[in-house]
Amino acid sequence: MATLAPGLQNKTASAAEVQEAKRSVEVASQWKLMWWKFRKDKLAIVGSVIVIIFYTVAAFAEFFAPKSPEFFDPQYVYAPPQPLFLFLDGQFNPFVYGLKFERDPKSLKKTWTIDYNNRIPVGLFVEAEPYKLLGLVPWNVHLFGPKDPKQPFYLIGADKSGRDMLSRIIHAARISLTVGLIGVFLSLLIGVTIGGISGLVGGLVDVVIQRIIEIVNSVPSLPIMMALAAIVPPGTPPVQVYVIVTLILALLSWTGMARVVRGRFLALREEDFILAARLDGAKRSRLIFRHMVPSFLSHIIASITISIPYMILSETSLSFLGIGLRPPVVSWGVMLRDAQQIAAVANYPWLLFPALAVVIFVLSMNFTGNGLRDAADPYAN
Amino acid sequence: MLKFMLRRLSYAAIAVFAISLVSFAVIQLPPGDYVTDMVNRIRITGGKIDPAFEQRMREVYGFNEPMIVQYIKWISNIITRGEFGYSFVYKRDAGEMIGERLPTTAVMVLGAVTLTWAIALPLGVAAAVKKHSIIDYGAIFIGFVGLAVPSFILAIVVMYLTFRAVGRVNIGLFSPEFVDAPWSLARLLDLLRNMWLPALLAAITGIGALTQTMRANLLDELNKPYVTTARAKGLAEWKLLAKYPVRHALNPFVSTIGWLLPALVTGDVIISIVLNLPTAGSMLYAALIQQDQYVAAGFILLLSTLTVVGTLISDLLLAWLDPRIRLS
Repeated sequence: MATLAPGLQNKTASAAEVQEAKRSVEVASQWKLMWWKFRKDKLAIVGSVIVIIFYTVAAFAEFFAPKSPEFFDPQYVYAPPQPLFLFLDGQFNPFVYGLKFERDPKSLKKTWTIDYNNRIPVGLFVEAEPYKLLGLVPWNVHLFGPKDPKQPFYLIGADKSGRDMLSRIIHAARISLTVGLIGVFLSLLIGVTIGGISGLVGGLVDVVIQRIIEIVNSVPSLPIMMALAAIVPPGTPPVQVYVIVTLILALLSWTGMARVVRGRFLALREEDFILAARLDGAKRSRLIFRHMVPSFLSHIIASITISIPYMILSETSLSFLGIGLRPPVVSWGVMLRDAQQIAAVANYPWLLFPALAVVIFVLSMNFTGNGLRDAADPYAN
Repeated sequence: MLKFMLRRLSYAAIAVFAISLVSFAVIQLPPGDYVTDMVNRIRITGGKIDPAFEQRMREVYGFNEPMIVQYIKWISNIITRGEFGYSFVYKRDAGEMIGERLPTTAVMVLGAVTLTWAIALPLGVAAAVKKHSIIDYGAIFIGFVGLAVPSFILAIVVMYLTFRAVGRVNIGLFSPEFVDAPWSLARLLDLLRNMWLPALLAAITGIGALTQTMRANLLDELNKPYVTTARAKGLAEWKLLAKYPVRHALNPFVSTIGWLLPALVTGDVIISIVLNLPTAGSMLYAALIQQDQYVAAGFILLLSTLTVVGTLISDLLLAWLDPRIRLS
């Protein structure tokens, strides 16, 4: 019996805790409930942490990348990855080995070997190329890099011009990730406006808008995107191309958002608290922005997170085909363009590393989005 | 049912009309036209062009007329005579070029649909029935791959692996002896034999998503009391599954064809460009880049129409299966 007692005590204690928890659930705000629900989803937590890391790295790309994206060294064209060693003689003293190459006298093909005589010390917070942090603060400290900036440092290899793949992937994140954000913001604007009109006005307008959405959805997006992207003349400045590409992505992906908003408007119209507000004489604009929008904001945030990966994949595909973003802009898709020739990939497989960045980010964003979608309606259970 | 069919048909007709407008407008929008392109090329190589000749060329091709007139000419030629215009780059009939690529494209997309269903349906059922088993985790993994890995990257990786394994890349739709052969039964069989890999690559996104849908639908059904009842009455497990819950879970499955077809066409386009397959995608891509406007417009129109018709068929099929839909 004595052995049972602690268990019983625990049980009563947990019953009290449950009571306590119930009371706190009853008074908790909607956002708090959502956070509690979201917290339970381990994958969503891991995903959102990775997403935050990606965006932080993208925002401070100059600091996190050892080199600038334009930095090139013709001597190290297609240099292979240099493995990083963390310990030397049992002490933390990171270094990489230098590279040397021999040319085959007949084929002129370079064969790279590790130069064990040349040890290049690597440090944290090293001073190298100057830059402006966030475009404002002049600085020259990089998170990591060779202590002597003149030494080669290619952790995941170099591309066809001897540029550092890792640094370029980090800088490309800024473009690729913001294309997703801005594109989603634009498609949100279109989707909320059209979906809102459809749900609020109803009747014939609703029917017409629903048909338009069906038509847009039934069209295969890539051919249309390709056609739209091919309109951009070759000489267009990079910034303009960037804007146009995001616009194209938004124009073909607002339908999901519009459907969510319309569905929410239709459902909320019947709710008692809306009726009460209307009987109180609230104006239409107040009804929408004070009462309706806050109660479906969480759904919108969830749909946004689910659409961002789609945008990023589309941009990557278009740029990969050479009709999206173009050099000198660096995005993951632009980088993957170098991997289009199978001969290049076969000899220099590290050209595929940008794809890894795409896959990790898209997966993390999807996990986050799914977690948010499940948490968006905390009153469901 | 007839009323429902008529309504659906009219939507499809409107959709095709809208698509024809969009595809023509999109092709016409770029500044300049094929004549500008040609004049530029002649200038670059040092040749001279008489402005009057340039004007005459525009008149011959009809580029001077307002866009709406050009559109009406274009679309009425397609409808009445099946003529898609002229390819400026290849100096031949655009319809002929499109016609060459259309059968392979249709076979590819159909093959991708078949593969998607043949894999997603049993895999989804197995994953739901054997929850938390190796099959389930495998299905979840495929779902993630389909979700997060763009198909062109998969294609490159597969090409890279084949290259590593056999030293050359031979992913195509035909064996060498059939590449330029005229259509015959042997050629079709050869196509079917070679097609599975490209079709699988184009289908992987759909397979991942559909497996997840099927799994989720079936899991919802398996918990319902009628399943317990049937089991209590001693019905064999597989018979029970096939007869009731799977059939229920199938309905939302059929309705996903609506987005599956556009997704597969998109997948086919990009796979065809990366692997340089003789389907619509690679030729559309070339036509867009070279401003070969009639070929590009024709392809976009046909690909989109193919999708709309496929969606229409799936809608009708669904209405036939589920009376709730045709009566609502």
